[in-house]
Amino acid sequence: MPGGRQRLDDIIRHMALTQEEVEHIAALARLRLTDDEKAHFREQLSAILDHMALLRRVDTSDIEPTASVLPLRSVLRPDVVTPSLPPGELLALAPAAEAQMFRVPPVLE
Amino acid sequence: MDALTDLTLHEAAAQLRAGQVSSAELTEACLARIAAVDPRLNAFLAVTPEMARAAAAAADERLAAWRRDPAVPLHPLAGMPLAIKDVLCVRGTPTTAGSRILQGFQPPYTATAVQRLLEAGVVVLGKTNCDEFAMGSSTENSGYGPTRNPWDTSRVPGGSSGGSAAAVAARLAFGALGTDTGGSIRQPASFCGLAGLKTSYGRVSRYGLIAFGSSLDTIGTLARSVADAALIYSAIAGHDPLDATSMPQPVAPVALEGASLQGLRLGVPREYFIPGMQAEVEAAVRAAVSTLAGLGAEVVEISLPHTEYALPVYYLVAPAEASANLARFDGVRYGLRLSGSGQVGLSSLWEQYEATRGAGFGPEVKRRIMLGTYALSAGYYDAYYGQAQKVRTLIKRDFDQAFQQVDVIACPVAPTTAFALGAKAGDPLSMYLEDVFTLPPSLAGICGLSLPCGFDGQGLPIGLQLLGPALGEDRVLRAGHVYEQATEWHTRRPPL
Repeated sequence: MPGGRQRLDDIIRHMALTQEEVEHIAALARLRLTDDEKAHFREQLSAILDHMALLRRVDTSDIEPTASVLPLRSVLRPDVVTPSLPPGELLALAPAAEAQMFRVPPVLE
Repeated sequence: MDALTDLTLHEAAAQLRAGQVSSAELTEACLARIAAVDPRLNAFLAVTPEMARAAAAAADERLAAWRRDPAVPLHPLAGMPLAIKDVLCVRGTPTTAGSRILQGFQPPYTATAVQRLLEAGVVVLGKTNCDEFAMGSSTENSGYGPTRNPWDTSRVPGGSSGGSAAAVAARLAFGALGTDTGGSIRQPASFCGLAGLKTSYGRVSRYGLIAFGSSLDTIGTLARSVADAALIYSAIAGHDPLDATSMPQPVAPVALEGASLQGLRLGVPREYFIPGMQAEVEAAVRAAVSTLAGLGAEVVEISLPHTEYALPVYYLVAPAEASANLARFDGVRYGLRLSGSGQVGLSSLWEQYEATRGAGFGPEVKRRIMLGTYALSAGYYDAYYGQAQKVRTLIKRDFDQAFQQVDVIACPVAPTTAFALGAKAGDPLSMYLEDVFTLPPSLAGICGLSLPCGFDGQGLPIGLQLLGPALGEDRVLRAGHVYEQATEWHTRRPPL
């Protein structure tokens, strides 16, 4: 793909993460981080991502990705109802449950 | 007279069948030794004496029935006390995956691998410590404190299956289940002087295994001999309709009796002997290759040219998969729940997620979730995750091609022997580098056996890694057994 490798290089070259990027990733991952954690992760993740730059050396222009090493595809089973886990047992594990539902705080928009 | 716990699994099983010892006696011996020794090791997160004693009693009845009438079916593992890594759900036991986010969680079902052991009459002694969600190479990332190496308690047992490895090496159990995603059975086996089998991806059902990297996770065994590891493996392997990624092919029987290396083509990859690895490790592995040659193997130098890319590939693919798998820990259905700060104008459900996950996950887990989230995020997916998946194809291809020239590959397990607790704490990348020899086989989905091949100047075990093609467990177990029987490394015990 013309220009594809150059674009890859451009993306991987800019390794050092900014504070905003760290906060954005933490938000996507639904992780609350302290300021100390943000600083540490920013440094550590930047160093780790730097190491990943090694991958841009590999010519993968004609290579298919491996999503799974198995030769299996579309493993099906008969459309038959089989026993599941008793709802009462599952609800008993929850921090808050009521009337066969999991109770959660409101989602406010 | 040696203690009962000094017996190998095979020796104990023979005594059980002969009626020389009961499962109850073996179980009590293990429980007593756990109580006496484990405070120094922290190998177990939960010991389950009631469950164990009930299983032992049932096994003893079965054994008695078999002795009266040999037509009664009796599994070779009936009555054997084993330990289970705490990433495997076992109904009736607390299961934490080494994480505080699952503190107190009691699974409503049992993992298939464990269920098969229970049906065979195995006695589960308890759940062993591990790096949190199996992420780590030292068991220092556990939310419940590290496990110590029985050979030197100032050192790590390896990880992430460090609790299982320490428990077996210290003779607290006759064998254990572990998991291996990037080396987590092989490396602790190497650090603790054990036989550790990483099975081929899809060979053992992952149903009931708390998922870390779904395209990489495997369940395997740790034991004090290759034959012991092979026996436990035979009980758990095979297709499971509850796991859509489990291989349908039947499990090739592992016949160790009369195994020979005559005519075996043994590949030695040049890329696995690198500057910076501990000299004694290299020397011991090369000596092991000579021993194997002396036993009849034909040594062939091979090349696995994409080896150096395995680390960056793994540390993009595995965290990406983990970021998806760990999204389920949100305080809604099970586990830890923290409420948010209740600030006006913010979604309080999101706050619950953020607060729960921020407090419940340890730093390594958060680091990997962040890495994985970044690699999958818009604008970066192709450059990071996409590229890693393509290089993974090349790494797998290296092995496919190598196994056309050779039958088994021999190489080191880790660049060093067991390091000191805390030695790699400040530097995550230096910890990741411990995995360089175990990652490529994980990415390729093939099988590998770690077994002792020497000790360094400090008396610490050194492991040899034997790799086979996918579904080739019988081949590596036979080769490992022959090597083991021709040497005495596996008979040495830690001072504990």
